Amino acid sequence: MNWFRNSRTGWLAGLAASIAVGALLAGCGGGDDTAAATKTSAPGTPAATTAGGLPANVGKDDRASLTGAGATFPAPLYQAWFDDYNKGVAKGVQVNYQPVGSGGGINQFTAGTVDFGASDAPMSDDELGKAPDAQHVPTAIGAVVLTYNLSGVQSLKLDGDTLAKIYLGTIKKWDDPAIAALNAGVKLPSADIQVVYRSDSSGTTFVFTDYLSKVSADWKTKVGTNKAPNWPTGQGGKGNDGVTGVVKNTPNAIGYVELTYAATNKLSFADMKNKAGKFVTPTVDSASAAAAGATIPAGYRVSITNADGDTSYPIASFTYLLVFKSTAKCSQQTPLVDMLWWVFHDSGAQATIKELSYSPLPKALLPLVEATLQGLKCDGGAKASLKAG
Amino acid sequence: MAGLTAGHPVRGARGLTNRLRTGDWLFTALTGAAALVMVGVIVAIFYSLTHEAWPSIRDNGAGFVWGTTWDPAKETFGVWPFIFGTLVTSLFALVFATVIAVLVALFLVEVAPGWISRPVSYLVELLAAIPSVVYGLWGVFVMGVFIRDHFGPVVTDVLGWIPFFDGTPLITGLFSGCMILTIMILPTVMAVSRDVIAAVPRSQREGIVALGATRWEGIRLAVLPYARSGIMGAAILGLARAVGETLAVTLVIGNSVKIPDNIFAPAYTMASVIANQFNEATGIHRAALIEVALILLVMTFVINVVARLLVWRVTKGQRAVVQE
Repeated sequence: MNWFRNSRTGWLAGLAASIAVGALLAGCGGGDDTAAATKTSAPGTPAATTAGGLPANVGKDDRASLTGAGATFPAPLYQAWFDDYNKGVAKGVQVNYQPVGSGGGINQFTAGTVDFGASDAPMSDDELGKAPDAQHVPTAIGAVVLTYNLSGVQSLKLDGDTLAKIYLGTIKKWDDPAIAALNAGVKLPSADIQVVYRSDSSGTTFVFTDYLSKVSADWKTKVGTNKAPNWPTGQGGKGNDGVTGVVKNTPNAIGYVELTYAATNKLSFADMKNKAGKFVTPTVDSASAAAAGATIPAGYRVSITNADGDTSYPIASFTYLLVFKSTAKCSQQTPLVDMLWWVFHDSGAQATIKELSYSPLPKALLPLVEATLQGLKCDGGAKASLKAG
Repeated sequence: MAGLTAGHPVRGARGLTNRLRTGDWLFTALTGAAALVMVGVIVAIFYSLTHEAWPSIRDNGAGFVWGTTWDPAKETFGVWPFIFGTLVTSLFALVFATVIAVLVALFLVEVAPGWISRPVSYLVELLAAIPSVVYGLWGVFVMGVFIRDHFGPVVTDVLGWIPFFDGTPLITGLFSGCMILTIMILPTVMAVSRDVIAAVPRSQREGIVALGATRWEGIRLAVLPYARSGIMGAAILGLARAVGETLAVTLVIGNSVKIPDNIFAPAYTMASVIANQFNEATGIHRAALIEVALILLVMTFVINVVARLLVWRVTKGQRAVVQE
């Protein structure tokens, strides 16, 4: 036992312990620097009165620590919003968002362990049955684009039926008459199409298969709409980067990724023929147009793929926040709803959406969202969630 | 030291004896508690997995294990494609990695001079330190392309007459999964084999050479039989790692739920399907994935038990070739 009593080793042990404790405390005390948001936009004019009669910064004196969990797709956008809100508007409101996936978000929201959830696909009837107090709030729109690797081909045009056949494996070669008919004047190679899909369960796959189910009865019966369907052909890549990696390294490959990812990484993607028969390039605006062209029911649970409208991109979808209609505690719900009010009314927050390559909601939807936010209650329905300003 | 035995405490040192007995008791209690906690953790893992997987166990029954369709959209779950993928990739990696690792270990111990064997040894061990995700990315961008363009066609040329080896090489697929696992478990098996081979007593080597053996005969007759159980243990260590390896395999295996009809087709392993689909899974899909995890856990346990039995069996009958 001599080593223990040796003063030198004892001193060293004490020094090491205090360094360790100091490092731990320093690490904890540091600010939360998320790598996701590389650009924080300046907050818009806080005092301006909005259509709903309340200023955008109605929540500036709130104090709360909010937790949310859900989809990975909007995570960069939400992180940027929460950071800007905390730094520029309401320094007392800290939001912790965990991008565990839509499924995890719905699970936690249903269990009541988080203040809000997030999901790309709207909750199914089963899921809604387990969480009857859920209110969907659409925050932004995302689009799914088809990226390809064809040497010598600068631009590619496809339509829903052909795309479904490619992914079903019935169209096998690039110079198939169906593809050639859509791309007059383009020299397509006489090679097998290497189909690539997302191997991990994701909202992107859900939107993509939802679109294919709408445009192809064959797809609907054989495969259906799902986050992780039984792909008839092709190979899988994990995540947007996995799919891109496989497509880039495989000649004659085609795969689908999110527009946010494709835009940031400057990938080449195909124009799709929409319901109105026009070829549309996927952009932030054409995805917004898809939402404008669709009829939105109360509750916002709708699919906007294959939407009407000349400029609508056919593979687009809302991404939703899930909030409680009335059962949440006001101490948590009010700061949350105040922050959502800011998201929809602050020009800086709305500008962030386009900067990060997401699509903002169409303007026509704003009055509906305002009404929804104003209708949210807390403490069992006793009080309105939104501050009276 | 007098005074420590329970029966005859020395009067003046009575306090010392009691403190030492309490110390012993405390030591036993602490170590026993630690062991109990570890056992408790294993039991807790089994229990929680079974509990979460229960809806799937109840609904899918035994058909789960040999069912060949995994379709969350239609709520049909059968894991045979994943078991197939896991077994093929792991056993392939086990066989080839062990062979190569033993050869490398023999080279390093028996053939190479010290100034070669030390750096090479260190480099091979470094392979074990590379993170799984780095392997996966390298597998997609470098190894996969190499397999598709060069290695794969060679394999099809040589072995193409066997139906299973007749296919078009792609970047991702069962073969890429096999290759990446081989590379990943190689350093583990090699490091342990090298130590085991180096531990063979000199007397064995000297004895067999004295009997007139050549270098290879000496290795074959004296060194390898002596080291056999250790090498087997190393191989099992490698197999256990291969079965559980998730991220690298997920990135290169192709992720197709159909049973591959040739070795280059995309496939799936149990760990990969959980890694890919668990995040977004709800309801019965989630329970089915947890049941896959349970099956994987049971498989790992069985492999470890079989390994122990095998090593025990081999060690029991083992004796040195050259008797002292």
